[in-house]
Amino acid sequence: MHFDYHTRYSEGTALFKRPADKLAYGLLLAALLVLPAVLSPFFLGELSYVFILCVASLGLMFLTGFTGQVSLGHAAFLAIGAYAHAWFLARGLPWPLSLPLAAMLTAVVGVLIGIPAIRVSGLYLAMVTLAFSIIVEQVIGLWSSVTGGFTGLAVEDPKLLGWSLSGPKAFYYTCLLVLVGVLLGLLNLLRSATGRALVGVRDSEAAAYALGIHVQGHKVAAFGVSAGVCGLAGGLLAHHLKYLTPDGFTLLLSLELVLMVVIGGLGSLRGAVLGAILISLLPTAISRIKPLLPDSISKQFGLEIFVFGLVLAIFVLFEPGGLNARWLKLRALLQSFPLYRRDTFKRQKRYMKSERYK
Amino acid sequence: MSAQALLTVRELALTFGGVHAIADLSLEVRPGEVLAIIGPNGAGKTSLLNVVTRVFDATRGQVHFKGQDLLSVPRHQVAGLGLARTFQNIELFEAATVLDNLLLGRHRFGGGAWWQQLLRTPALTRAEEGARQRVERIIDFLELSPWRHSLIAGLPYGVRKVVELGRALCSEPELLCLDEPASGLNPEETRDLAFWIDDIRSELGVTVVMVEHDMSLVSAVADRVICMAQGRLLSEGTPAQVQADPLVISAYLGA
Repeated sequence: MHFDYHTRYSEGTALFKRPADKLAYGLLLAALLVLPAVLSPFFLGELSYVFILCVASLGLMFLTGFTGQVSLGHAAFLAIGAYAHAWFLARGLPWPLSLPLAAMLTAVVGVLIGIPAIRVSGLYLAMVTLAFSIIVEQVIGLWSSVTGGFTGLAVEDPKLLGWSLSGPKAFYYTCLLVLVGVLLGLLNLLRSATGRALVGVRDSEAAAYALGIHVQGHKVAAFGVSAGVCGLAGGLLAHHLKYLTPDGFTLLLSLELVLMVVIGGLGSLRGAVLGAILISLLPTAISRIKPLLPDSISKQFGLEIFVFGLVLAIFVLFEPGGLNARWLKLRALLQSFPLYRRDTFKRQKRYMKSERYK
Repeated sequence: MSAQALLTVRELALTFGGVHAIADLSLEVRPGEVLAIIGPNGAGKTSLLNVVTRVFDATRGQVHFKGQDLLSVPRHQVAGLGLARTFQNIELFEAATVLDNLLLGRHRFGGGAWWQQLLRTPALTRAEEGARQRVERIIDFLELSPWRHSLIAGLPYGVRKVVELGRALCSEPELLCLDEPASGLNPEETRDLAFWIDDIRSELGVTVVMVEHDMSLVSAVADRVICMAQGRLLSEGTPAQVQADPLVISAYLGA
């Protein structure tokens, strides 16, 4: 069994709560750093894609998981980031400048959308963001002087100080670097005043106001940060796709992002990463399993979407805390191994419910 | 109206359509006192707190806090003036720990620039530890240390009440508004609360306004009692005076 026994205040907010955590994450990072030496370019490309989706999933998790605002339109932010990045590159901007600029532009769009969108919440907010993403998809299709329209837009290869980053290894490291940077930045934000205020706004607006939290401001800022992170992911995705068309950023991508954060476990960055890994690898896994299945199943149309839906339903029914909760339970089981009690995490009925007013 | 009053309410009215929640109410809160507001259900006690903390916009009248017009202050800036409150139906941040809830109480003192938070600079870490130190004092004061790292969602009702009180205290208010602090507490917890309210006034120097039904608590800690009924001030005085007032008795018994 493990008990937190803190002797310093800083231990309460430390990134690694235990020495074993430091070792485990260190090993994970080391493994990710040496992977390119052993993996084939195809798998490196797949992993880079997983990292990009992890970044996007972290962006949505920041909004949905920590401020409780649902968005069905985050593919639009990815699209804006991707197209802005490609456009800046085509105008001759250096790569290291273009990517942050694209992210910032997306963040500005996020704030502009956030200002009217936060007036509604829940299902209505989902509708507003959905409408926004459809509009963006149409605008990209029709604004052909900038976006190349439905015929598409080629993306220039990433270059840093004359070095090409387009090779699978270099691109893998770039994506890993961005992912680690975004993860650390969000972790830092969430363990300081902003993160606490966001959780406050999510759990009780009345109390948040009474404590001096600018509720609307924090909601809009969360929209901006979330959009910015997704814009960053979009910029990287542009290089992965190499050729941008509006149908790369449809509602399906938005839904996949929502699936990632819900299956990962709302309110946890680890969940966002785990969810992104699962959802992005699922199509590959399905296509590998397909040949083993009888024809009557494998030839079915929409098998992938069916599996996505099934996975979501299973999680909502049996593990609402998502992959993150499953992971925490597994860890508790291993740490307390012979003494683990089966009912440790038994879900209990709650009898107390407080009315809330706005 | 005396000049030294901390909070002055003058001819306040609050109507919802045809319902007069508060009608022509005037009162003042003096620095350093514990003022209890009692009254039957629907008397407008909580509505008064909600107007003072800007949840509701007053229909008419004025509210001044430390000489400043409170009704023109945006809702999220009330805390910054030194006014804290608790809620009747506990409004804690359920998915956060006790510690985070208390740290949120210190939100009005700022949490560093965004880039400092993003990079978690050493200066920010020091500021956070300073905030933690202040919070630890409140944890000691209210004996919350066994629950420091527990999630609110798993805490018993009585402890939640205390955490909410602690969160309000963490914002270092000059005026603390408690909305039914003893509701749902057992007699022992209520006795603890009486001692705490007394200490909050005498040791921390905070003026307390509390809406309360429990007359034993009111008699134990209140310097002054105001009885409201149907949005109006019915009676005012020491706990004994108000309890003996025939108007108050008839308001409660409906005679």
